[in-house]
Amino acid sequence: METRIQREARPESMLINMGPSHPAMHGTIRIMLELDAERILNAEVEVGYLHRGFEKTCENKTYFNLLPYTDRLNYVSPLINNLGYAMTMEKMLGVGVPERAQLIRVLMSELSRISDHLTCLAAMAMECGAFTVFLYMMKAREFLWDVIEFTTGARMTTSYIRIGGVRADLHPDWRGSLATAVRETRRVLKDVSGLLDKNSIFQGRTRGVGVISKEDALSYGWTGPCLRSTGIPYDVRKASPYLIYDKLDFEVPVGEFGDNFDRYRVRMREMEQSLRLLEQVAALIPGAAPITGEPAIEPAEAIRVSRRQKTAARIRLSPNLEGSEKARYADLMTSDRPAALGSTACGVVVPPKEDTYTTMEGLISHFLFFMNGHGIRPPKGDVYFSVEGGNGEVGFYVVSDGTDRPYRLHLRAPCFHVVSALEQLIKGRLLADVIPTFGSMNIIAGELDR
Amino acid sequence: MLAEVLIVLVKVVLTLTWTLLLALFLTWVERKESAVLQDRIGANRASVFGLRAFGLFQPFADAIKMLFKEDFTPSFSQRLLHWLAPAMSFFFVAVTMVAVPFGDAVRLFGRRIPLQVVDLNAALLFVLAMLSLGTYGILIGGWASGNRFALIGSLRGAAQLISYEVALGLSLVGLIMVFPSLRLSKIVEFQGGTLFGFLPKWGIFLQPLGFAVFFLAGLAETKRAPFDMPEGESEIIGFYTEYGGLKFGLFMFTDFLEVILLSALATTLFFGGWQIPWLGAGGFVFPWGGTLKVAPWAVTVFQVLSFNLKVFFFCWLQILFRWTYPRFRYDQVMDFGWKVLVPLGVVNILATGLILAAR
Repeated sequence: METRIQREARPESMLINMGPSHPAMHGTIRIMLELDAERILNAEVEVGYLHRGFEKTCENKTYFNLLPYTDRLNYVSPLINNLGYAMTMEKMLGVGVPERAQLIRVLMSELSRISDHLTCLAAMAMECGAFTVFLYMMKAREFLWDVIEFTTGARMTTSYIRIGGVRADLHPDWRGSLATAVRETRRVLKDVSGLLDKNSIFQGRTRGVGVISKEDALSYGWTGPCLRSTGIPYDVRKASPYLIYDKLDFEVPVGEFGDNFDRYRVRMREMEQSLRLLEQVAALIPGAAPITGEPAIEPAEAIRVSRRQKTAARIRLSPNLEGSEKARYADLMTSDRPAALGSTACGVVVPPKEDTYTTMEGLISHFLFFMNGHGIRPPKGDVYFSVEGGNGEVGFYVVSDGTDRPYRLHLRAPCFHVVSALEQLIKGRLLADVIPTFGSMNIIAGELDR
Repeated sequence: MLAEVLIVLVKVVLTLTWTLLLALFLTWVERKESAVLQDRIGANRASVFGLRAFGLFQPFADAIKMLFKEDFTPSFSQRLLHWLAPAMSFFFVAVTMVAVPFGDAVRLFGRRIPLQVVDLNAALLFVLAMLSLGTYGILIGGWASGNRFALIGSLRGAAQLISYEVALGLSLVGLIMVFPSLRLSKIVEFQGGTLFGFLPKWGIFLQPLGFAVFFLAGLAETKRAPFDMPEGESEIIGFYTEYGGLKFGLFMFTDFLEVILLSALATTLFFGGWQIPWLGAGGFVFPWGGTLKVAPWAVTVFQVLSFNLKVFFFCWLQILFRWTYPRFRYDQVMDFGWKVLVPLGVVNILATGLILAAR
């Protein structure tokens, strides 16, 4: 099929098809370029090569079942996706989270954020020809992923942060591995700064390239480090604090010009802030995990309570993200006992997996919670909740019609808004400028194409 | 007559063997050096009868792999030219090595045999000419592939190589003014004396600016990072996108040969070639007084070793650059060549001329 750029191309210019099988396009983006020698006259960005129907799939999965799908969105920081979804559902169900789980969630978020930034900058540097920087950063990421792997049992498909808490307590040796990871990452950041910050070749490739103004960035819907590189200090962790971010001490680094170098610098400085956060949170987490008491409410009771607001009326989707303005739903699971920080009392506890496999009661409880057609159901309505992901605001919009699976689930992927500005940023530039511009945006096709 | 032909043949074989072996060895050095730089182990799995030898067999494994790959020619390419391009690239670099002197002349069986394949009277021009012809390999390769990325790569390559040849030529003019000869063997001989009584009279001390321009322009001529515009593997994949197997191997090998050639030229022109400081035909004469007698055969061995060591140092240095710096952008490379190196080359000529005239 002929595309716009093919129809409109000048006869004397050259059309070139960059991607989807192109080393810098990560195998998932296609850019049609109209070239006059090296200069880009016109560009057309095509996304969707990794479309897996995430949102539609979610409509056919129960609220618990679809959690593993969120791992596959931004596969560089899967824990933040887990967190975004879990917190959206907590808002909808009215579930509180124990303090220790909140601290662990912050820890995991920041680890993921650093690994996300490291991956982005590593790929960007490699595509600019600095292969050594790439391997240095990958090395640091390994140490961070060790911490994640020890606790969650997986490197990428973690599914660790669950609705109402986390899947398991931290690994007994987590402090040691975290200290190693923080130390090694600091060292790598110092090395990389030394290699790139004042390197005139790298500056030449990134300074003044891919410049976007504040207004344009906002109108495209940019968030995250890319928006902050233009000088707007918008960070979900500061703007609408979740978990315990309002109690932690960190800064939001901003750039000045909104060019590739600023995006690089903002990410570098954010990693330093995240390392600070890691240390603060590690100090806050108490040594021993609280002993989980018996379920305060029997599963059957919890389920009965959860269904008391069930209505038969058909659901109507609101045309805007009305859910984000709504207050938290009344605490159903925990009745009038929101999980106060420090309290070990929980409303309802999923029976331990060992019981599920070994005792009849455990198995029945498990069935009641998780089997098709059974289990906890959120009230009818819609919610929106967003967290600060690696490359911007990761938001989930969930519409419930009172059944055990979402009527509609929409993901607000930060990449999608960032990549929509790519055409504008590369038009009129040189062919080689596509590479650092694309690289500094941190396009993760998993969440871009959903 | 027959003896002379035989001598030249032996020298050709020796020179070619030396060059090819060093290039093979350099592929290993590049793997290992980049591995050390990047906290990796590097290639160490290739083994012969269980003997791994730090991965020294890796180059041979690479060669065997490339030999046995399918010789693939895309249907949209120009068959003859597609085949000709890597051969041309390789030939013009390999043939340049004949002009490089490896050591002083030796006396063997009553004959005076210079350790150099041919002692051309315009060797410097020959070297520059052959380097220029190497451009055709890239240009034809990109054109014959019938691939737009390859075409962009070859055009970049041609523009870059031609631009930097200007700077390369200019940087050598000053040197020719100081050592009034185009014969490489003569230039090396001129560098035998001392400067101010203690400093070896090497080109680098007489022509520091000339060397800087020469080396940077030479780096660009080898078309490796940070000047790897024709390749630019993350932008345009390179002018050899459509090449595979041995033909691709030849292109890669040419890159390493160019590294060796640049090192050999830098050594010969600016670092005294086979000269060792204060070592004459009879032995060392130290500037602080005192002498050390060395047998004539040992002098020759030392000289050849000294040449090899210097060449190897420059190869190492180039690989270090390769793995440290990011890539330039095409227009920045052209700017750097025409707006920085060429003016510096001219300044160097003027300064050299003024100093020579004032003396």
